[in-house]
Amino acid sequence: MVFRALTRQVGRRALIALTVALGVSLSTAILSVMWNIGDKVNEELKAYGANIVVRPQSSAILSSLYEDADTGSATLAEEDLGKIKTIFWAFNILDFAPFLSLDASVADSTASVEGTWFNKTLDLPTGEQAQAGMKNLRSWWDVSGDWLSDCCDDKVMASSSYAAAHGLTVGQMVTVGGPSTSKTLKLAGIYDSGDSSASDLLVTLKTAQELAGSPGAVSRIEVSALTTPDNDLARRAAKDPKLLSAADWETWYCTAYVSSIAYQLEEVIPESVARPVRQIAESEGVVLEKTQSLMLVIALLSLIGAAMGIANLITASVMERAAEIGLMKAIGGTSRQVVFTILAENLVIGAIGGLAGYFAGLGLAQVIGEAVFGTSISITPIVAPIMAGLVLVVIAVGSLPAIRLLLKLKPAEVLHGR
Amino acid sequence: MALLELRNVTRSYGELDALKNVDLSVEEGEWLSIMGPSGSGKTTMMNLIGCLDKPTSGEIWLDGTELSHLSGKALTKVRRNTIGLIFQKFHLVGHLTALENVMLAQYYHSLPDKQEALEALDRVGLAARASHLPSQLSGGEQQRVCIARALINYPKIVLADEPTGNLDEANEAVVLDFFSQLHAQGTTLIVVTHDPEVGRLGERQVNLAHGVIEKEVRHALACPLLPDQECATPEEPCDIRDLEKVMA
Repeated sequence: MVFRALTRQVGRRALIALTVALGVSLSTAILSVMWNIGDKVNEELKAYGANIVVRPQSSAILSSLYEDADTGSATLAEEDLGKIKTIFWAFNILDFAPFLSLDASVADSTASVEGTWFNKTLDLPTGEQAQAGMKNLRSWWDVSGDWLSDCCDDKVMASSSYAAAHGLTVGQMVTVGGPSTSKTLKLAGIYDSGDSSASDLLVTLKTAQELAGSPGAVSRIEVSALTTPDNDLARRAAKDPKLLSAADWETWYCTAYVSSIAYQLEEVIPESVARPVRQIAESEGVVLEKTQSLMLVIALLSLIGAAMGIANLITASVMERAAEIGLMKAIGGTSRQVVFTILAENLVIGAIGGLAGYFAGLGLAQVIGEAVFGTSISITPIVAPIMAGLVLVVIAVGSLPAIRLLLKLKPAEVLHGR
Repeated sequence: MALLELRNVTRSYGELDALKNVDLSVEEGEWLSIMGPSGSGKTTMMNLIGCLDKPTSGEIWLDGTELSHLSGKALTKVRRNTIGLIFQKFHLVGHLTALENVMLAQYYHSLPDKQEALEALDRVGLAARASHLPSQLSGGEQQRVCIARALINYPKIVLADEPTGNLDEANEAVVLDFFSQLHAQGTTLIVVTHDPEVGRLGERQVNLAHGVIEKEVRHALACPLLPDQECATPEEPCDIRDLEKVMA
């Protein structure tokens, strides 16, 4: 009977299905983008560099008290760096680079020198390989000439400001005198970091270790990780994870919060302190929170709009079918049975519209993903049951005025005109 | 006790008394015609008897149950189990076939039984048109589907509102013949009509005017022992009490 009824008022029923489809497609698209936006924003923010810095325990205290403090001679071991890619959230570690800082004499002046990896291939304890280094970590740097290669320890890069101040050009030889030894290196490239705090000269980590006389030493590690925006649990954990209950700790540890990844880094790198770069983490959280709130509001508004449209259409449909509904009641249909019949009809229409809207929404999400983030939006399975539930709610809410009308409808009035 | 009894029933709409202090009883198996001009209270009486409305005052007893204090849900149950409704405008559901229209009454009563519904259509001569939509049936055929639907749940009373009002002569004859068969089988029939020919077919006829029973008539047709008697009021020979005297 329900399916036969669908063949009536085809135009109006198609309109109801279309209204549901429009609401659902918009909501599906927005929810899909919303669930993906964390990763997308993360990827966008990754361009702004590392979001976790790992330092030796002793120097971290000074560093946290005085931003420009000399972090002293405490170092981390280069041999432990591979362990970074073995933590629970290893796949969220997008890139990292070790640094060894020292002051060196170049010509008659002192220059800040940093040794690092540029595009190092690591053999992990798991037997796998991974790439790490500055080339990806500082992808926005403008380099004239070439990046250094980790295999060649006879080259150096200079910051554009230092090169300009000292009249250095690519291909020129530069003698760098460290605390332990001096080296004459060929200037391979000049970089513009857009950041005045960047060091004057960059060399390979091995060169810096030789200059400093500290083989295998690393003064800090910068890590770029894909993280989940902080929430209340993450904020509580950031203060002290030990204060969390066992269940909360489990949840926190198994979620890619910046604090839980930092904690896991501390677990694998002995004598280290890992700290989130708050500026990045916080701006990510704020951007995400605001964008997601805005999207949620738009999704809700679209569904409310759909519910209102559906309410009008269903009410009009019930008014047109007053005689039929009056007859159902007259021949013994209870109000509940008649309401069920009308709801069942609308749910079938809603299901058809919802299904069409869901797939249209997935397509729309791809369009939004390409237009805004330049990448595709992955299908989030949870969106489907959420949309199914919302279609149920929208149909139920949209049917409320019609159901009120239907309950008030007296068969005698519609059948006999009294 | 009578199958249906109205005791001092009044139904008012604001200041207007559509029915005023009406007393009426209908015995099981009786064919009662309710007649009267427009606005006389026929439809109001039909709605009250059909449990589609409740009286402002008075009592309505149907099959031993007093209806005036029942809830809407309880009235629906009485309507479903006790009454078969036949309408002037047929009121068939347009998107359902003749068979499905009959099964609709089964659906709300108990469980749809296709075979039983087909048999009901067969009784009204429409088994061959079971799969037709109302729009594919003539007025007479639609009314017969309506009759099949009214009878499918074996009601104690069949209530017909102007059953021939929308039919041509040929179809009217078919429907009335079917009513005669039903009556012969012992079905209680209450037919609301403004057509004197249809009204005369009932054993008894009540004429309503301005919400009161103006006249109650027993028809000669229904008084086989008094074939020469004219239709009469209760005081006249055809009255059941006089008939009993004659028989004695």
